[in-house]
Amino acid sequence: MSAVGIRVRDLGFTYPDGTVALEAITFEIAAGESVAVVGGNGAGKSTLLLHLAGILMAARGSVDVGVTRVQRATLTEVRKTVGLVFQDPDDQLFMPTVREDVAFGPLNLGVRPDEIDARVQEALGAVGALALIDRPSHRLSFGEKRAAAIATVLSMRPGVLVLDEPSSNLDPRARRRLIDLLRSLGTTLVVATHDLDLAAEVCPRTIVLYGGRVAADGTTPAIFSDKRLLERTGLEQPLSMRACPVCSRGA
Amino acid sequence: MSSTETGLYDLGRLDLLAAQDTPIHRVDPRAKIIATMVFVVVVASFGRYEVVALLPFLLFPVSLAALGNLPFGYLARRLAVAAPFALLVGIWNPLFDRRAMVFADHFVAGGWLSFASVAVRFLLTAAAVLVLVGSTGLSALGAALGRLGVPRVFTAQMLLLYRFLFVLAGEALTMHRAWSARTSSRRAMSLRSYAGLLGQLLVRTYARAARIHAAMQCRGFSGELPTTRSWRFTVRDGAFVVGWVAAFAALRLYDLPQLIGRQILAVLT
Repeated sequence: MSAVGIRVRDLGFTYPDGTVALEAITFEIAAGESVAVVGGNGAGKSTLLLHLAGILMAARGSVDVGVTRVQRATLTEVRKTVGLVFQDPDDQLFMPTVREDVAFGPLNLGVRPDEIDARVQEALGAVGALALIDRPSHRLSFGEKRAAAIATVLSMRPGVLVLDEPSSNLDPRARRRLIDLLRSLGTTLVVATHDLDLAAEVCPRTIVLYGGRVAADGTTPAIFSDKRLLERTGLEQPLSMRACPVCSRGA
Repeated sequence: MSSTETGLYDLGRLDLLAAQDTPIHRVDPRAKIIATMVFVVVVASFGRYEVVALLPFLLFPVSLAALGNLPFGYLARRLAVAAPFALLVGIWNPLFDRRAMVFADHFVAGGWLSFASVAVRFLLTAAAVLVLVGSTGLSALGAALGRLGVPRVFTAQMLLLYRFLFVLAGEALTMHRAWSARTSSRRAMSLRSYAGLLGQLLVRTYARAARIHAAMQCRGFSGELPTTRSWRFTVRDGAFVVGWVAAFAALRLYDLPQLIGRQILAVLT
Protein backbone atom coordinates (compact mmCIF):
# COMPACT_ATOMS: atom_id res chain seq x y z
CA MET A 1 0.00 0.00 0.00
CA SER A 2 1.30 3.50 -0.78
CA ALA A 3 1.92 5.96 2.07
CA VAL A 4 -1.14 7.61 3.62
CA GLY A 5 -1.45 10.86 5.57
CA ILE A 6 -3.01 11.43 8.99
CA ARG A 7 -5.10 14.31 10.31
CA VAL A 8 -5.91 14.68 14.00
CA ARG A 9 -8.35 17.45 14.97
CA ASP A 10 -9.01 18.62 18.53
CA LEU A 11 -8.63 15.07 19.86
CA GLY A 12 -9.49 14.49 23.51
CA PHE A 13 -9.67 11.32 25.58
CA THR A 14 -10.35 10.58 29.24
CA TYR A 15 -9.88 7.12 30.76
CA PRO A 16 -12.80 5.64 32.74
CA ASP A 17 -10.97 6.37 36.03
CA GLY A 18 -11.08 10.08 35.17
CA THR A 19 -7.47 10.45 33.99
CA VAL A 20 -7.39 12.99 31.18
CA ALA A 21 -4.92 11.44 28.72
CA LEU A 22 -5.33 13.68 25.69
CA GLU A 23 -6.63 17.23 25.37
CA ALA A 24 -7.20 19.24 22.18
CA ILE A 25 -4.54 17.43 20.14
CA THR A 26 -4.31 18.77 16.62
CA PHE A 27 -1.75 17.98 13.92
CA GLU A 28 -1.40 16.71 10.38
CA ILE A 29 1.12 14.25 9.01
CA ALA A 30 1.69 14.14 5.27
CA ALA A 31 1.85 10.86 3.35
CA GLY A 32 5.37 9.46 3.55
CA GLU A 33 6.42 11.74 6.42
CA SER A 34 8.32 10.35 9.44
CA VAL A 35 7.30 11.93 12.73
CA ALA A 36 8.54 11.26 16.26
CA VAL A 37 6.12 11.67 19.16
CA VAL A 38 8.13 12.34 22.31
CA GLY A 39 7.27 13.21 25.89
CA GLY A 40 7.80 12.08 29.45
CA ASN A 41 6.00 9.18 31.10
CA GLY A 42 2.24 9.70 31.10
CA ALA A 43 2.41 12.41 28.43
CA GLY A 44 -0.18 10.56 26.32
CA LYS A 45 2.04 9.06 23.61
CA SER A 46 0.71 5.51 23.77
CA THR A 47 -2.89 6.71 24.09
CA LEU A 48 -2.43 8.82 20.96
CA LEU A 49 -1.06 5.86 19.02
CA LEU A 50 -3.99 3.67 20.07
CA HIS A 51 -6.32 6.30 18.60
CA LEU A 52 -4.45 6.25 15.27
CA ALA A 53 -5.07 2.49 14.99
CA GLY A 54 -8.68 2.68 16.17
CA ILE A 55 -8.06 0.71 19.36
CA LEU A 56 -9.35 3.68 21.31
CA MET A 57 -12.06 5.90 19.85
CA ALA A 58 -11.95 9.67 20.04
CA ALA A 59 -14.15 10.91 22.88
CA ARG A 60 -13.79 14.41 21.47
CA GLY A 61 -12.49 15.58 18.08
CA SER A 62 -11.53 13.29 15.21
CA VAL A 63 -8.80 11.20 13.63
CA ASP A 64 -8.61 10.73 9.85
CA VAL A 65 -6.33 8.22 8.14
CA GLY A 66 -6.16 9.24 4.51
CA VAL A 67 -9.75 9.95 3.57
CA THR A 68 -11.13 7.56 6.19
CA ARG A 69 -12.48 8.86 9.51
CA VAL A 70 -11.50 6.51 12.35
CA GLN A 71 -14.76 5.22 13.79
CA ARG A 72 -16.36 1.86 14.49
CA ALA A 73 -17.89 1.57 11.04
CA THR A 74 -14.51 2.06 9.32
CA LEU A 75 -12.31 -0.07 11.58
CA THR A 76 -11.65 -2.73 8.95
CA GLU A 77 -10.45 -0.12 6.50
CA VAL A 78 -8.39 1.69 9.15
CA ARG A 79 -6.64 -1.49 10.24
CA LYS A 80 -5.77 -2.34 6.66
CA THR A 81 -4.02 1.01 6.48
CA VAL A 82 -2.46 1.49 9.91
CA GLY A 83 0.02 -1.04 11.29
CA LEU A 84 0.63 -0.66 15.01
CA VAL A 85 3.68 -2.23 16.68
CA PHE A 86 3.10 -2.47 20.42
CA GLN A 87 5.63 -1.47 23.05
CA ASP A 88 5.93 -4.99 24.44
CA PRO A 89 6.50 -7.59 21.68
CA ASP A 90 4.91 -10.24 23.91
CA ASP A 91 1.63 -8.40 23.35
CA GLN A 92 2.09 -8.62 19.59
CA LEU A 93 2.97 -12.29 19.20
CA PHE A 94 0.18 -14.75 19.88
CA MET A 95 0.44 -17.50 17.28
CA PRO A 96 2.44 -20.69 17.95
CA THR A 97 5.19 -20.00 15.41
CA VAL A 98 6.79 -16.88 13.93
CA ARG A 99 5.63 -17.90 10.44
CA GLU A 100 2.00 -18.07 11.53
CA ASP A 101 2.28 -14.83 13.47
CA VAL A 102 3.69 -12.93 10.48
CA ALA A 103 1.08 -14.51 8.19
CA PHE A 104 -1.81 -13.72 10.53
CA GLY A 105 -2.40 -10.17 9.27
CA PRO A 106 -2.18 -10.90 5.52
CA LEU A 107 -4.45 -13.96 5.93
CA ASN A 108 -7.05 -11.78 7.65
CA LEU A 109 -6.70 -9.19 4.88
CA GLY A 110 -7.64 -11.90 2.39
CA VAL A 111 -4.24 -12.04 0.66
CA ARG A 112 -4.04 -15.01 -1.74
CA PRO A 113 -2.53 -18.13 -0.10
CA ASP A 114 0.21 -18.39 -2.74
CA GLU A 115 1.31 -14.83 -1.91
CA ILE A 116 1.36 -15.32 1.86
CA ASP A 117 4.69 -17.14 2.01
CA ALA A 118 6.40 -14.47 -0.10
CA ARG A 119 5.08 -11.76 2.23
CA VAL A 120 6.22 -13.64 5.31
CA GLN A 121 9.71 -14.12 3.88
CA GLU A 122 9.92 -10.50 2.74
CA ALA A 123 8.84 -9.10 6.13
CA LEU A 124 11.14 -11.36 8.14
CA GLY A 125 13.98 -10.66 5.72
CA ALA A 126 13.48 -6.91 6.18
CA VAL A 127 13.96 -7.19 9.95
CA GLY A 128 16.82 -9.71 9.63
CA ALA A 129 14.83 -12.50 11.25
CA LEU A 130 14.34 -14.99 8.44
CA ALA A 131 16.13 -17.67 10.48
CA LEU A 132 13.39 -17.47 13.11
CA ILE A 133 10.60 -18.39 10.70
CA ASP A 134 9.72 -21.78 12.21
CA ARG A 135 10.57 -21.00 15.84
CA PRO A 136 7.79 -20.82 18.47
CA SER A 137 7.11 -17.11 19.08
CA HIS A 138 7.14 -17.40 22.85
CA ARG A 139 10.61 -18.99 22.90
CA LEU A 140 12.50 -16.10 21.29
CA SER A 141 14.87 -13.65 22.97
CA PHE A 142 13.56 -10.12 23.53
CA GLY A 143 15.41 -8.70 20.51
CA GLU A 144 14.16 -11.53 18.31
CA LYS A 145 10.61 -10.98 19.55
CA ARG A 146 10.91 -7.27 18.72
CA ALA A 147 12.07 -8.07 15.18
CA ALA A 148 9.28 -10.62 14.72
CA ALA A 149 6.71 -8.16 16.09
CA ILE A 150 7.71 -5.54 13.51
CA ALA A 151 7.58 -8.20 10.78
CA THR A 152 4.01 -9.10 11.77
CA VAL A 153 2.97 -5.59 10.79
CA LEU A 154 5.29 -5.13 7.79
CA SER A 155 3.76 -8.22 6.17
CA MET A 156 0.46 -6.30 5.99
CA ARG A 157 2.22 -3.57 3.96
CA PRO A 158 0.52 -0.78 5.86
CA GLY A 159 0.24 2.77 4.50
CA VAL A 160 1.04 4.09 7.98
CA LEU A 161 3.43 2.37 10.38
CA VAL A 162 2.98 3.31 14.03
CA LEU A 163 5.57 2.13 16.55
CA ASP A 164 5.42 2.46 20.34
CA GLU A 165 8.90 2.58 21.91
CA PRO A 166 10.46 0.40 19.20
CA SER A 167 14.03 0.55 20.54
CA SER A 168 13.34 -0.18 24.20
CA ASN A 169 15.47 -3.05 25.57
CA LEU A 170 17.28 -3.59 22.27
CA ASP A 171 21.03 -4.14 22.23
CA PRO A 172 23.09 -1.63 20.17
CA ARG A 173 23.32 -3.81 17.07
CA ALA A 174 19.59 -4.60 17.01
CA ARG A 175 18.84 -0.92 17.61
CA ARG A 176 21.08 0.11 14.69
CA ARG A 177 19.38 -2.44 12.44
CA LEU A 178 16.00 -1.05 13.50
CA ILE A 179 17.07 2.52 12.69
CA ASP A 180 18.32 1.46 9.26
CA LEU A 181 15.07 -0.41 8.64
CA LEU A 182 12.85 2.51 9.65
CA ARG A 183 14.83 4.89 7.42
CA SER A 184 14.42 2.58 4.46
CA LEU A 185 10.67 1.96 4.65
CA GLY A 186 9.22 4.86 2.68
CA THR A 187 5.86 4.58 4.40
CA THR A 188 4.28 7.15 6.71
CA LEU A 189 5.96 6.62 10.05
CA VAL A 190 4.84 7.64 13.54
CA VAL A 191 7.29 6.68 16.29
CA ALA A 192 6.55 7.25 19.97
CA THR A 193 9.84 7.04 21.79
CA HIS A 194 12.03 8.05 24.70
CA ASP A 195 15.04 7.31 22.52
CA LEU A 196 15.64 10.82 21.24
CA ASP A 197 18.75 9.78 19.35
CA LEU A 198 16.64 7.37 17.32
CA ALA A 199 14.07 10.12 16.76
CA ALA A 200 16.84 12.46 15.56
CA GLU A 201 18.12 9.88 13.07
CA VAL A 202 14.78 8.62 11.73
CA CYS A 203 12.29 11.49 11.94
CA PRO A 204 12.78 14.94 10.40
CA ARG A 205 9.77 16.17 12.41
CA THR A 206 8.94 15.84 16.12
CA ILE A 207 5.78 16.40 18.13
CA VAL A 208 6.30 16.93 21.86
CA LEU A 209 3.45 15.88 24.15
CA TYR A 210 3.20 17.14 27.70
CA GLY A 211 0.27 16.50 30.05
CA GLY A 212 -1.84 15.16 27.16
CA ARG A 213 -1.36 18.29 25.05
CA VAL A 214 0.90 19.20 22.14
CA ALA A 215 3.70 21.24 23.72
CA ALA A 216 5.62 21.71 20.48
CA ASP A 217 5.54 20.59 16.87
CA GLY A 218 8.40 21.33 14.52
CA THR A 219 11.56 20.09 12.87
CA THR A 220 13.50 17.64 14.97
CA PRO A 221 16.75 19.69 15.06
CA ALA A 222 14.80 22.78 16.16
CA ILE A 223 12.88 20.92 18.88
CA PHE A 224 15.97 19.16 20.25
CA SER A 225 17.95 22.42 20.25
CA ASP A 226 15.39 24.09 22.50
CA LYS A 227 16.81 23.14 25.91
CA ARG A 228 14.15 25.07 27.83
CA LEU A 229 11.35 23.23 26.04
CA LEU A 230 13.02 19.88 26.66
CA GLU A 231 13.55 20.64 30.34
CA ARG A 232 9.98 21.86 30.77
CA THR A 233 8.56 18.69 29.19
CA GLY A 234 10.75 16.23 31.14
CA LEU A 235 13.16 15.49 28.28
CA GLU A 236 16.80 16.14 27.60
CA GLN A 237 18.87 16.69 24.52
CA PRO A 238 19.89 13.56 22.63
CA LEU A 239 23.46 12.50 23.25
CA SER A 240 24.28 13.00 19.58
CA MET A 241 23.52 16.73 19.88
CA ARG A 242 25.52 17.30 23.03
CA ALA A 243 29.15 18.29 22.94
CA CYS A 244 31.37 15.32 23.70
CA PRO A 245 32.82 15.89 27.19
CA VAL A 246 36.11 14.21 26.24
CA CYS A 247 36.58 16.21 23.02
CA SER A 248 35.45 19.45 24.70
CA ARG A 249 37.98 18.98 27.49
CA GLY A 250 40.74 18.55 24.95
CA ALA A 251 39.74 21.62 22.94
CA MET B 1 16.66 -22.49 38.41
CA SER B 2 13.75 -23.16 40.77
CA SER B 3 11.35 -26.04 40.24
CA THR B 4 8.63 -23.47 39.45
CA GLU B 5 10.73 -21.96 36.66
CA THR B 6 11.70 -25.38 35.33
CA GLY B 7 8.02 -26.36 35.24
CA LEU B 8 7.10 -23.22 33.35
CA TYR B 9 9.86 -23.69 30.77
CA ASP B 10 8.86 -27.33 30.41
CA LEU B 11 5.41 -26.16 29.40
CA GLY B 12 6.63 -24.90 26.04
CA ARG B 13 8.67 -27.96 25.17
CA LEU B 14 5.80 -29.64 23.29
CA ASP B 15 5.98 -26.84 20.71
CA LEU B 16 9.65 -27.50 20.12
CA LEU B 17 9.02 -31.23 19.82
CA ALA B 18 6.18 -30.58 17.39
CA ALA B 19 8.49 -28.55 15.14
CA GLN B 20 10.66 -31.60 14.36
CA ASP B 21 10.70 -33.30 10.98
CA THR B 22 10.16 -37.05 11.38
CA PRO B 23 8.00 -39.60 9.51
CA ILE B 24 5.32 -39.20 12.19
CA HIS B 25 5.44 -35.39 12.03
CA ARG B 26 4.94 -35.59 8.28
CA VAL B 27 1.70 -37.59 8.57
CA ASP B 28 -1.38 -35.43 7.88
CA PRO B 29 -2.76 -34.22 11.25
CA ARG B 30 -6.24 -35.41 10.23
CA ALA B 31 -4.92 -38.96 9.87
CA LYS B 32 -3.33 -38.78 13.32
CA ILE B 33 -6.49 -37.32 14.86
CA ILE B 34 -8.72 -40.02 13.36
CA ALA B 35 -6.36 -42.82 14.43
CA THR B 36 -6.11 -41.38 17.96
CA MET B 37 -9.89 -40.97 18.26
CA VAL B 38 -10.48 -44.58 17.19
CA PHE B 39 -7.76 -45.66 19.63
CA VAL B 40 -9.43 -43.84 22.53
CA VAL B 41 -12.87 -45.28 21.68
CA VAL B 42 -11.52 -48.83 21.39
CA VAL B 43 -9.57 -48.59 24.66
CA ALA B 44 -12.66 -47.20 26.41
CA SER B 45 -14.81 -50.03 25.07
CA PHE B 46 -13.09 -52.74 27.15
CA GLY B 47 -14.83 -54.20 30.19
CA ARG B 48 -14.15 -52.66 33.60
CA TYR B 49 -12.07 -55.62 34.82
CA GLU B 50 -9.89 -55.88 31.70
CA VAL B 51 -6.24 -55.14 32.34
CA VAL B 52 -3.94 -57.51 30.48
CA ALA B 53 -5.89 -57.32 27.21
CA LEU B 54 -5.25 -53.56 27.19
CA LEU B 55 -1.47 -53.83 27.39
CA PRO B 56 -0.83 -54.52 23.65
CA PHE B 57 -2.39 -51.14 22.92
CA LEU B 58 0.79 -49.55 24.29
CA LEU B 59 2.17 -50.29 20.84
CA PHE B 60 0.39 -47.22 19.42
CA PRO B 61 1.74 -44.42 21.66
CA VAL B 62 5.13 -46.10 22.13
CA SER B 63 5.82 -46.66 18.43
CA LEU B 64 4.61 -43.18 17.47
CA ALA B 65 6.73 -41.59 20.20
CA ALA B 66 9.78 -43.58 19.12
CA LEU B 67 9.35 -42.79 15.42
CA GLY B 68 8.44 -39.20 16.21
CA ASN B 69 11.58 -38.71 18.33
CA LEU B 70 9.57 -37.73 21.41
CA PRO B 71 11.59 -38.32 24.61
CA PHE B 72 9.96 -40.98 26.80
CA GLY B 73 11.20 -39.33 29.98
CA TYR B 74 9.50 -36.05 29.09
CA LEU B 75 6.25 -37.83 28.17
CA ALA B 76 6.36 -39.78 31.44
CA ARG B 77 6.78 -36.55 33.45
CA ARG B 78 3.81 -34.96 31.65
CA LEU B 79 1.71 -38.07 32.33
CA ALA B 80 2.74 -38.04 35.98
CA VAL B 81 1.35 -34.50 36.33
CA ALA B 82 -2.11 -35.64 35.22
CA ALA B 83 -2.00 -39.09 36.86
CA PRO B 84 -3.38 -38.05 40.30
CA PHE B 85 -6.65 -36.93 38.71
CA ALA B 86 -7.13 -40.28 36.98
CA LEU B 87 -6.09 -42.28 40.03
CA LEU B 88 -8.52 -40.30 42.16
CA VAL B 89 -11.32 -41.62 39.93
CA GLY B 90 -10.38 -45.26 40.51
CA ILE B 91 -9.03 -45.16 44.06
CA TRP B 92 -12.46 -45.81 45.61
CA ASN B 93 -13.06 -49.00 43.59
CA PRO B 94 -11.19 -51.35 45.98
CA LEU B 95 -13.33 -50.06 48.85
CA PHE B 96 -16.72 -50.50 47.21
CA ASP B 97 -16.19 -53.41 44.81
CA ARG B 98 -15.09 -56.39 46.91
CA ARG B 99 -16.32 -59.25 44.75
CA ALA B 100 -13.78 -62.04 44.30
CA MET B 101 -12.25 -62.33 40.82
CA VAL B 102 -9.65 -64.66 39.39
CA PHE B 103 -6.53 -63.00 38.06
CA ALA B 104 -3.46 -65.03 37.07
CA ASP B 105 -4.69 -68.02 39.08
CA HIS B 106 -5.21 -65.91 42.19
CA PHE B 107 -8.29 -64.47 43.84
CA VAL B 108 -8.30 -60.69 43.77
CA ALA B 109 -10.94 -58.14 44.84
CA GLY B 110 -12.73 -56.86 41.74
CA GLY B 111 -12.12 -53.29 42.89
CA TRP B 112 -8.37 -53.68 42.52
CA LEU B 113 -8.79 -55.00 38.99
CA SER B 114 -11.08 -52.15 37.96
CA PHE B 115 -8.67 -49.67 39.58
CA ALA B 116 -5.79 -51.15 37.58
CA SER B 117 -7.96 -51.02 34.45
CA VAL B 118 -8.70 -47.31 35.00
CA ALA B 119 -5.00 -46.63 35.50
CA VAL B 120 -3.97 -48.51 32.33
CA ARG B 121 -6.70 -46.83 30.29
CA PHE B 122 -5.58 -43.41 31.54
CA LEU B 123 -1.97 -44.23 30.68
CA LEU B 124 -2.91 -45.34 27.16
CA THR B 125 -5.30 -42.56 26.22
CA ALA B 126 -3.34 -39.72 27.83
CA ALA B 127 -0.11 -40.97 26.25
CA ALA B 128 -1.78 -41.20 22.84
CA VAL B 129 -3.10 -37.62 23.07
CA LEU B 130 0.26 -36.34 24.34
CA VAL B 131 2.03 -38.02 21.42
CA LEU B 132 -0.56 -36.56 19.03
CA VAL B 133 0.09 -33.01 20.29
CA GLY B 134 3.86 -33.55 20.49
CA SER B 135 4.09 -34.82 16.91
CA THR B 136 1.67 -32.34 15.37
CA GLY B 137 1.57 -29.04 17.26
CA LEU B 138 -1.51 -27.34 18.54
CA SER B 139 -1.95 -24.92 15.66
CA ALA B 140 -1.88 -27.74 13.08
CA LEU B 141 -4.27 -29.71 15.27
CA GLY B 142 -6.64 -26.74 15.38
CA ALA B 143 -6.54 -26.37 11.61
CA ALA B 144 -7.04 -30.12 11.12
CA LEU B 145 -9.97 -30.23 13.54
CA GLY B 146 -11.52 -27.34 11.58
CA ARG B 147 -11.17 -29.36 8.37
CA LEU B 148 -12.73 -32.35 10.07
CA GLY B 149 -15.82 -30.27 10.73
CA VAL B 150 -15.25 -29.02 14.27
CA PRO B 151 -16.71 -25.48 14.44
CA ARG B 152 -14.01 -22.83 14.06
CA VAL B 153 -15.13 -21.10 17.22
CA PHE B 154 -14.04 -24.15 19.24
CA THR B 155 -10.67 -24.52 17.52
CA ALA B 156 -10.00 -20.78 17.94
CA GLN B 157 -10.90 -21.06 21.64
CA MET B 158 -8.56 -24.00 22.01
CA LEU B 159 -5.64 -22.18 20.40
CA LEU B 160 -6.25 -18.95 22.32
CA LEU B 161 -6.56 -20.86 25.58
CA TYR B 162 -3.23 -22.51 24.83
CA ARG B 163 -1.65 -19.10 24.12
CA PHE B 164 -3.21 -17.71 27.30
CA LEU B 165 -1.53 -20.50 29.25
CA PHE B 166 1.85 -19.08 28.25
CA VAL B 167 0.75 -15.55 29.10
CA LEU B 168 -0.31 -16.80 32.52
CA ALA B 169 2.91 -18.80 32.93
CA GLY B 170 5.05 -15.84 31.83
CA GLU B 171 3.40 -13.51 34.32
CA ALA B 172 3.66 -16.15 37.06
CA LEU B 173 7.35 -16.61 36.30
CA THR B 174 8.04 -12.86 36.49
CA MET B 175 6.18 -12.57 39.78
CA HIS B 176 7.88 -15.64 41.21
CA ARG B 177 11.29 -14.18 40.35
CA ALA B 178 10.34 -10.86 41.97
CA TRP B 179 9.19 -12.72 45.08
CA SER B 180 12.32 -14.88 45.21
CA ALA B 181 14.61 -11.86 44.79
CA ARG B 182 13.16 -10.30 47.94
CA THR B 183 12.97 -13.46 50.02
CA SER B 184 16.04 -13.85 52.20
CA SER B 185 15.42 -17.42 53.34
CA ARG B 186 14.34 -20.61 51.59
CA ARG B 187 11.06 -20.74 53.44
CA ALA B 188 7.85 -21.50 51.59
CA MET B 189 5.55 -18.70 50.52
CA SER B 190 3.04 -17.75 53.19
CA LEU B 191 -0.67 -18.10 52.56
CA ARG B 192 -1.00 -14.32 52.68
CA SER B 193 1.71 -13.87 50.03
CA TYR B 194 0.02 -16.52 47.87
CA ALA B 195 -3.31 -14.72 48.06
CA GLY B 196 -1.71 -11.42 47.07
CA LEU B 197 0.26 -12.99 44.24
CA LEU B 198 -2.76 -14.82 42.85
CA GLY B 199 -4.83 -11.63 42.83
CA GLN B 200 -2.01 -9.75 41.11
CA LEU B 201 -1.54 -12.60 38.65
CA LEU B 202 -5.19 -12.45 37.68
CA VAL B 203 -5.14 -8.69 37.17
CA ARG B 204 -1.85 -8.70 35.25
CA THR B 205 -2.87 -11.62 33.05
CA TYR B 206 -6.19 -9.98 32.27
CA ALA B 207 -4.45 -6.74 31.32
CA ARG B 208 -1.99 -8.56 29.09
CA ALA B 209 -4.75 -10.61 27.46
CA ALA B 210 -6.54 -7.34 26.69
CA ARG B 211 -3.40 -5.96 25.03
CA ILE B 212 -2.95 -9.15 23.00
CA HIS B 213 -6.57 -8.91 21.90
CA ALA B 214 -5.98 -5.32 20.81
CA ALA B 215 -2.93 -6.44 18.82
CA MET B 216 -5.03 -9.14 17.17
CA GLN B 217 -7.73 -6.65 16.28
CA CYS B 218 -5.10 -4.38 14.73
CA ARG B 219 -4.24 -7.19 12.37
CA GLY B 220 -7.78 -7.88 11.30
CA PHE B 221 -8.84 -10.56 13.81
CA SER B 222 -12.54 -11.28 13.45
CA GLY B 223 -12.97 -14.43 15.55
CA GLU B 224 -11.12 -16.94 13.41
CA LEU B 225 -7.48 -17.94 13.55
CA PRO B 226 -6.33 -18.45 9.97
CA THR B 227 -3.54 -20.90 9.23
CA THR B 228 -0.76 -20.99 6.66
CA ARG B 229 -0.60 -24.77 6.59
CA SER B 230 -1.97 -26.61 3.61
CA TRP B 231 -1.94 -30.36 4.15
CA ARG B 232 -2.75 -32.90 1.47
CA PHE B 233 -4.27 -36.19 2.57
CA THR B 234 -2.15 -38.69 0.63
CA VAL B 235 -2.36 -42.44 0.14
CA ARG B 236 0.33 -42.79 2.82
CA ASP B 237 -1.90 -40.93 5.30
CA GLY B 238 -4.83 -43.16 4.35
CA ALA B 239 -2.65 -46.23 4.89
CA PHE B 240 -1.65 -44.86 8.31
CA VAL B 241 -5.32 -44.65 9.36
CA VAL B 242 -6.38 -47.98 7.83
CA GLY B 243 -3.36 -49.80 9.25
CA TRP B 244 -3.85 -48.58 12.80
CA VAL B 245 -7.64 -49.01 12.77
CA ALA B 246 -7.14 -52.61 11.56
CA ALA B 247 -4.60 -53.18 14.33
CA PHE B 248 -6.97 -51.76 16.96
CA ALA B 249 -9.83 -53.94 15.67
CA ALA B 250 -7.62 -57.04 15.79
CA LEU B 251 -6.45 -56.26 19.31
CA ARG B 252 -10.05 -55.64 20.36
CA LEU B 253 -11.35 -58.90 18.87
CA TYR B 254 -8.46 -61.14 19.93
CA ASP B 255 -6.90 -61.14 23.38
CA LEU B 256 -3.30 -61.12 22.25
CA PRO B 257 -1.66 -61.78 25.67
CA GLN B 258 -4.01 -64.74 26.20
CA LEU B 259 -3.25 -66.12 22.72
CA ILE B 260 0.48 -65.80 23.30
CA GLY B 261 0.11 -67.45 26.74
CA ARG B 262 -1.78 -70.37 25.22
CA GLN B 263 0.84 -70.81 22.53
CA ILE B 264 3.61 -70.83 25.09
CA LEU B 265 1.75 -73.35 27.23
CA ALA B 266 1.09 -75.54 24.19
CA VAL B 267 4.78 -75.53 23.35
CA LEU B 268 5.78 -76.27 26.94
CA THR B 269 3.28 -79.12 27.55
